[in-house]
Amino acid sequence: MKSFETVEQAKQNPAYYEALTELLYQLADDDFIISFRGSEWLGLAPHIEEDVAFSSITQNTMGHAFLYYQLLEDLGEGKVDALAHERAPEQRRNASYFEKKNGEGSYYGEPWYDWALTVVRQFLYETMKKVKLEAAVKSSYEPLANTAQKVLMEQPYHLAHWKMWMQQLLSSTEEAQEKIQARLEEAWEEGKDIYDLGPKAQDIVHHQLISGESELKQRWLQEVQATIKDLPADSLGDKFGSGRSGEHTADLDQALQTLAEVYDSDRYAVW
Amino acid sequence: MYNYGGTLAADNVDEDKEKYARFMERVEAGEKIEADDWMPDEYRQTLIKLISMHGISEIMGALPEKEWVPKAPTVKRKLGIMAKVQDEMGHGQLLLRVAEDLMKPYGKNRESLMEDLLNGDLKFHNVFHMPTRTWADAGMVGWLVDGAAIISQTNMLDASYGPYQRALKRICQEEVFHAQHGEAIIMALAEGTKEQRRILQESLNNWWPSLLMFFGPESASTTGSSKQEVTTKYRIRKSSNEELRQAFLDKYLPRVFSLGLTVPDETVHYDEEKQRWIYQQPDWNEFKQIISNNGPRSKERLRLREIAYENNRWVRQALAPQVVVS
Repeated sequence: MKSFETVEQAKQNPAYYEALTELLYQLADDDFIISFRGSEWLGLAPHIEEDVAFSSITQNTMGHAFLYYQLLEDLGEGKVDALAHERAPEQRRNASYFEKKNGEGSYYGEPWYDWALTVVRQFLYETMKKVKLEAAVKSSYEPLANTAQKVLMEQPYHLAHWKMWMQQLLSSTEEAQEKIQARLEEAWEEGKDIYDLGPKAQDIVHHQLISGESELKQRWLQEVQATIKDLPADSLGDKFGSGRSGEHTADLDQALQTLAEVYDSDRYAVW
Repeated sequence: MYNYGGTLAADNVDEDKEKYARFMERVEAGEKIEADDWMPDEYRQTLIKLISMHGISEIMGALPEKEWVPKAPTVKRKLGIMAKVQDEMGHGQLLLRVAEDLMKPYGKNRESLMEDLLNGDLKFHNVFHMPTRTWADAGMVGWLVDGAAIISQTNMLDASYGPYQRALKRICQEEVFHAQHGEAIIMALAEGTKEQRRILQESLNNWWPSLLMFFGPESASTTGSSKQEVTTKYRIRKSSNEELRQAFLDKYLPRVFSLGLTVPDETVHYDEEKQRWIYQQPDWNEFKQIISNNGPRSKERLRLREIAYENNRWVRQALAPQVVVS
């Protein structure tokens, strides 16, 4: 399989181009929505040191989303800000589990967010992200491989952070263990699209853009199991459908409305 | 006065007098006082009040801007404001650690500070009681509120207390970036559409009284209390409140006018003879109300911290050292 070094090369092969952009949307949208949910926690984390650390991770993650949107812009998909702000929910390719609200209440009202949900989700997400990045550094699309290499310089620290939270909470009070366990079971009912590559999975793998679903899933589960001994026995479900196919919940609508509120007030203005 | 309990080492007054004289010699010679050095109680309490208020204001200050973090209109602006608010939390952490060291002899810690904030004993800065209504407000906080903060903190860059002075050095360096970040947002709005200019002017109108209040009243007689005499005596600060406000007006009013903006005070002008800006005093009674947690957004912002505190109790308990049962 030959590698594609430039945008022009990728564009000459329509099937390749389609699979590539599909994967890039998944990567970009995952980081974008996870960063948004993280930013909602700002000022509300369990302690100030965590607020500093979490907001740093969230900021890096938004930076990663930017890099992927930039690759899409280079491929002619539209401007970064249009891609981030204008696409309708059904065009979004993030895992639906990642868009789930942080908990009860709202950001402007009474945010009764759940730290257990956040620890579980961030841990599962960062573990998957590292597996995907390690596969993407061997991608046939060189600009993606280069970006993955760059992101891998800081992402393992993010994973280490959430791994530490997971280990600490799992070895602490009964209450903490129960809360984590409940959120893990919920993740298992909803989170199949964490490793799902969507309807174009075969093409994505055929063009050697990233490893296959079963390999990604296996490596991810292996990593997760190294930290959490008692994983739910069932296989992962897709209670709210697959975000990779554009199936989303009302939680995504809330996120997108907030993210685009000022942008939408005048899409042509310079901000 | 924010009282942290009884006087320490009050039993040997003569010895204290000697120590006090030696302490003042050091301060006046420009030496830095360190956390473990002997210091008079008044000095310690003044520092605790000043630094804990500064630290908690950084943390409460993250909340009004936080509202605009995800709403920032471009991905780059989102990144910029995320970095900025993260810095503010970092300043809060840095400062609370300095305050915690000072509080140790009184048996107080971080938890006490949070409780004092929630029960109203620990105040936070007037500007952070105000609403951020539009994206222009997010820019205004960076540009003029942080601009004012730079002026008031630069005034303490040579503070006699070493740990605070060193923290301020780092904070001021970062605040310069914040002011630039704010200025960039403001410039884009000023050069933008009619509506962008409208929200910019509206924002400045709304923030103007808060910005004047930022530096505190000219003298204690205005509001009944002011710590500026004590902080000056101990060489924690140099200039007076009014000198700082004049420095702020000196620096920013020409910039405001050059952007074609106005301030909501027709009397504002520079008096060449007196070499100072003339302006209408803000309502200092309102200032007192605001910092007593009766400002437009005081209750909501405190409620956010209260929820975070209550809601994460189980996490704190989970992280607490386990009691070993044998």
